[in-house]
Amino acid sequence: MAIFLTEKSRVLVQGMTGSEGLKHTTRMLAAGTTVVGGVTPGKGGQSVGIGDVELPVFGSVEEGIAATGADTTVVFVPPRFAKGAVVEAIDAGVGLAVVITEGIPVHDSAYFWAHAVANGGTTRIIGPNCPGIISPGKSNAGIIPSDITGAGRIGLVSKSGTLTYQLMHELRDIGFSTCVGIGGDPVVGTTHIDCLRAFQDDDETDAIVMIGEIGGDAEERAAEFIHAEVGKPVVGYVAGFTAPEGKTMGHAGAIVSGSAGTAEAKAKALEAVGVRVGRTPSETASLLRALLVAAA
Amino acid sequence: MDLYEHQARDLFAAHGVAVPRGRVASSAEQAEQIAGELGTAVVVKAQVKTGGRGKAGGVKLARTPEEAAVAAEAILGMDIKGHTVHRVLVVEASDIAREFYVSFLLDRANRSFLAMASAEGGMEIEQLAVERPDALAKIPVDALTGCDEAKAKEIAAAALLPPDAADVLVALWDAFVAEDATLVEVNPLAADSQGRITALDGKVTLDGNAAFRHPDHAELDDPATRDPLETAAAERGLNYVKLDGQVGVIGNGAGLVMATLDVVALAGQAHGVGPANFLDIGGGANAQVMADGLDIILRDPDVRSVFVNVFGGITACDQVADGIVAALGILGASATKPIVVRLDGNNVDAGIAILDAATHPLVRVVDTMDAAAQLAAELASEGRS
Repeated sequence: MAIFLTEKSRVLVQGMTGSEGLKHTTRMLAAGTTVVGGVTPGKGGQSVGIGDVELPVFGSVEEGIAATGADTTVVFVPPRFAKGAVVEAIDAGVGLAVVITEGIPVHDSAYFWAHAVANGGTTRIIGPNCPGIISPGKSNAGIIPSDITGAGRIGLVSKSGTLTYQLMHELRDIGFSTCVGIGGDPVVGTTHIDCLRAFQDDDETDAIVMIGEIGGDAEERAAEFIHAEVGKPVVGYVAGFTAPEGKTMGHAGAIVSGSAGTAEAKAKALEAVGVRVGRTPSETASLLRALLVAAA
Repeated sequence: MDLYEHQARDLFAAHGVAVPRGRVASSAEQAEQIAGELGTAVVVKAQVKTGGRGKAGGVKLARTPEEAAVAAEAILGMDIKGHTVHRVLVVEASDIAREFYVSFLLDRANRSFLAMASAEGGMEIEQLAVERPDALAKIPVDALTGCDEAKAKEIAAAALLPPDAADVLVALWDAFVAEDATLVEVNPLAADSQGRITALDGKVTLDGNAAFRHPDHAELDDPATRDPLETAAAERGLNYVKLDGQVGVIGNGAGLVMATLDVVALAGQAHGVGPANFLDIGGGANAQVMADGLDIILRDPDVRSVFVNVFGGITACDQVADGIVAALGILGASATKPIVVRLDGNNVDAGIAILDAATHPLVRVVDTMDAAAQLAAELASEGRS
């Protein structure tokens, strides 16, 4: 049944009338996503034609949900308005908010995360600064290309967009249940652990690829979780062994601070609990193949 | 962005945290003048973004303006852990009875904020955390409710700070939020013999993502602390980090570029070469971005080969290939190093066909990331002069 996003998901796009929003709404529709409308404050009542589909634009998430029964939103709103957009989605009771926007101040992300928690934790936030989530053949919420691979039995969770695409490509003959790009910011709404737990419980997932990178200790905590809770085969990859201390490597959260957050420590933590960690993306794909053969 | 002590001090003062009187100086004469104005004994402190200044001789007490000039003369130009001292902070010397530690920081693991405080200030916090963990209070601070007076009193009490420190905590939290900081740290926070509390030294890290609502933060940036190539790249909107190897790297997506550096380092071990830089061109792999990227990389005198590694997700490989060919046209004779290209994903066949048709003598196309890294490392090794 895939995780977090299924063929039943009904998707609103916040910022659909902007250029990025429109481009990716078009791609999401082509991937089979049930996009039911857009949200742009001040443009309620308008509509946008994409191919044969005429999508309504709502002035608020609340109106969009009332009219369409949407349960998912994809946020393409620029950084300065993103906090308001996500808070609005939480208040409207959306079940899944996928925040693609890059460059959101971390105080804003911490705020909307705290708001979601205070609201009862009923809204799952993926991102920000992420490529989104795809359950191939079912639905695609975000900007992950849908033509890399089809449905299959691997679950993937990653901090990086292009490494997600790379591993999807390497393992395209096997296919994926769900791929989640959790984003490279210091504060993200859905963690490796959230995805590992969901993949462990998902009947359609047989094995898991976990991609991490320098910064923070999410991978170390994920390793503890795998040790305690995950019975399915997991392979890992960690990027940033050559990153110098104190430099932000592209992603806002990708920084080694003093001796903390190194790729080496993360890979060691994963290996210590029996997770095979590839030295390159290709080797990681090979490790997963070997595990699937061994399990068959 | 990490601030200098004097910038952190100004920022604290603007938010109501008491700091000692003083100013920053970039010459011995200025230091002498400031000391004269203050009319007290002063401390002359090297302004560098690294710890251990005291041990390196970068902090000196001066009883007279003349002594301040001598101290500044000695400190200016000093090298502290690879950082050259260009400025000194001259502040009135404090009568210190007790020293404390306080900070607010982003707590990534809990996706929230954390207050840390200790009645044992002055020591490096990493050292305190290891040697005297019980003496360091760590109190979560909710992003919605923040640090109000009650929270500040809770933190002060947990760390056994004097009650007056709570006011400083409220002001410091105000600075943390209002300036979009990810760290504000005062160490030491000092109490004098009358119990007056002053921030004697501090660190601040500002969130670059929040720059759009802090136009005033731009002037806090000091390009002199950055590699010149990093500055040149930033001016063109490129995400570039200088490293010390010989294989220039261009890729799309932060994760893939980091992975590329690692694969190059692995392949380079046998050849004694490594990655020369991080450069993420993101989704914008058009000719100008590619030309700008190659130009920056080829300006690095250590670079002996270049590895362009693109996985076309949204980005189409034919556009990337067009970008490479056009970039080489723009760069002309200034492009002299071999360029190994690996393309995969969206429109890869069209992309490779464009590069094959161009038959540029510098460009070699390789199918896989690992094999391409291998070739780039070999070429860098051969190019050794």
